[in-house]
Amino acid sequence: MPRVVFNEDRCKGCELCITVCPKKIIFMSDRMNARGFRPATVTDQDACISCALCARICPDTVIEVYREPATRKEGQP
Amino acid sequence: MSELMLMKGNEAIAEAAIRGGCRFFFGYPITPQNEIPEYMARWLPEVGGAFLQAESEVAAINMVYGAAAAGGRAMTSSSSPGISLKQEGISYIAAAELPCVIVNIMRGGPGLGSIQPAQSDYFQATRGGGHGDYRLIVLGPASIQEAVDLMMGAFDLAEKYRNPVMLLGDGVLGQMMEPVSFPEYRGPAPAGKSWVLDGAKGRPPRVVNTLLMDAEDLFRHNLALQAKYREISKNEVRWEEYRTGDADVVLVAYGITARVCKSAVDMARQSHIKAGLFRPVSLYPFPIKPLKELAARVKGFLVVEMSMGQMVEDVRLAVEGASRVHFYGTAGGIIPASKSVLQELQAIALRSEGGAAQ
Amino acid sequence: MSVVFKRPKALSDRPNTYCPGCTHGVAHRLVAEAIDELDLREIAIGIAPVGCAVFAYEFFNMDFAQAAHGRAPAVATGIKRVLPDRFVFTYQGDGDLAAIGTAEVVHAASRGEQISVIFVNNAIYGMTSGQMAPTTIVGQKTTTTPLGRDPARAGYPIRLSEMLATLPGAAYIAWCSLHNPQQIDRAKNAIVKAFRMQVEGRGFSMVELLSNCPTNWGMSPAESLKWIEEHMIPTFPLGVVKDVTAEEVKAGA
Repeated sequence: MPRVVFNEDRCKGCELCITVCPKKIIFMSDRMNARGFRPATVTDQDACISCALCARICPDTVIEVYREPATRKEGQP
Repeated sequence: MSELMLMKGNEAIAEAAIRGGCRFFFGYPITPQNEIPEYMARWLPEVGGAFLQAESEVAAINMVYGAAAAGGRAMTSSSSPGISLKQEGISYIAAAELPCVIVNIMRGGPGLGSIQPAQSDYFQATRGGGHGDYRLIVLGPASIQEAVDLMMGAFDLAEKYRNPVMLLGDGVLGQMMEPVSFPEYRGPAPAGKSWVLDGAKGRPPRVVNTLLMDAEDLFRHNLALQAKYREISKNEVRWEEYRTGDADVVLVAYGITARVCKSAVDMARQSHIKAGLFRPVSLYPFPIKPLKELAARVKGFLVVEMSMGQMVEDVRLAVEGASRVHFYGTAGGIIPASKSVLQELQAIALRSEGGAAQ
Repeated sequence: MSVVFKRPKALSDRPNTYCPGCTHGVAHRLVAEAIDELDLREIAIGIAPVGCAVFAYEFFNMDFAQAAHGRAPAVATGIKRVLPDRFVFTYQGDGDLAAIGTAEVVHAASRGEQISVIFVNNAIYGMTSGQMAPTTIVGQKTTTTPLGRDPARAGYPIRLSEMLATLPGAAYIAWCSLHNPQQIDRAKNAIVKAFRMQVEGRGFSMVELLSNCPTNWGMSPAESLKWIEEHMIPTFPLGVVKDVTAEEVKAGA
């Protein structure tokens, strides 16, 4: 299940999300959206920590962020 | 009807507004209309309304815009230079098709002019006044009683057409005192207007807006406004005629000047000049048809104004060359004397008898 | 999966038409989040300015009026006097609020009008393509200060939040910035606080948001956020300039 979802048609390619991602996993895709912009995107979902810094700086509410529920590790109380 | 009271014009106008349903007044001090905001400040809160002295005439008209958008019966009042300040706001109110009432107690101009009475805002009032193609319904009372009667119906009129209504008075009307009686106090304004901004609860959001960037949209909006003004022109024309039945020459005047002209008509009749008076009460819509009918059978018109010649142009347009149109005007606060108007009438009568070229 | 971040309900579905990277988009979202949080959407009436945000009514999902340039606080006053129990806020740029509209905002604050103002300050006129604003900083190049703002000719920037804080009717005035996620969070909290002031009937509230204009500053969006931090904050220091509730706590109320 994706931790971060980019609604690519809303993106204007401003690249502000890239400047704030602590894991440096956001990049501009080489696709073009319907408005003529190259949208930001993430492929390495496992590396995403759901910090939502990208969503908070995005002026176009392109990004939705989800977090997996916490699970107990084996052997932990 | 209440009993007869002796009241100052400005105060009577304010009382009539309250009785006509006004509950929100926003204004700014300027001579000679200050009694209107002062009266409102004292009495509007007593009927559960709100009075606010704004920081400027500009702020006041924008408060009216907001209050009208929120569904309130709102008005403002000012005098000539203050009305000039309000023009952008009035254009917005007309564009957004919001109802409101504006009172202009005219004073001498241009510029700061004087605090004396004048009728030199006629162009401004009847041509919209601000930018863009729009009109106000403009009413010109000639007595305090008439001002009261017109004010009592002004808010209903504004809401009927979703258009600003202007009461065009002058410093004499505002400051003088006459006996007046008031129709009964009216109840609150009808609720449930379809365009009111009161929070998008249980309905889609509404927008009160005057910006239409698409050319076709704005053209369509303008066509709709013009259709509305044609409707107003059909239904809301008001005028009064005095001794015009067999008149040779007809005076045309409104407001306080019309009363001077009434005396001049009587004096002229005594010196065997068949004079009459045509008194427009609605200045927009201007009573074109009845004036045109008169033009077909009279020898000439004498338009009398406290201006350098504004309404005379509308008279000329209405008459369309069918009869001669003369003008006599005063400015600076000088109220034409009935004797002076009579002299003008006599000169015109002499000229038309002698057949001299104009 | 639990939701960490989703777009607020008080924003309409329409994608906004601001320039790429313009923090108007962020400011709109923060206002919408605050409105959602305080459950005000169904009683809210916003007032849009003249400026880039003239179309704000398209991007919010609530009743809106569009006001003449600078007059939004007067329009808000009119609405609030008719409907005192609704939530009324204005959203204005620096030309709208601090140039042509200075009288209106000063007097609304002075009267303690129960309205909230969102002041988007980007030190330039955006909509009309880059002229000087009252908040343009000394030395800043604009189309009407092509050699840089020279105080001898064009005066100094106005610190409006500081000015309004001197008025007794002002209940809450905060200087915030949108140049990084931490400051954006601070700004969001300030907006919620400001809106609460109105809900609690405390008086006039305003949040000034230092914002960018990549297009007219001639920078990339990322560069423009740095410019806010390096050049705007020294002139417009961040912080809560006035908070009547904090004063009450201090006074032991």
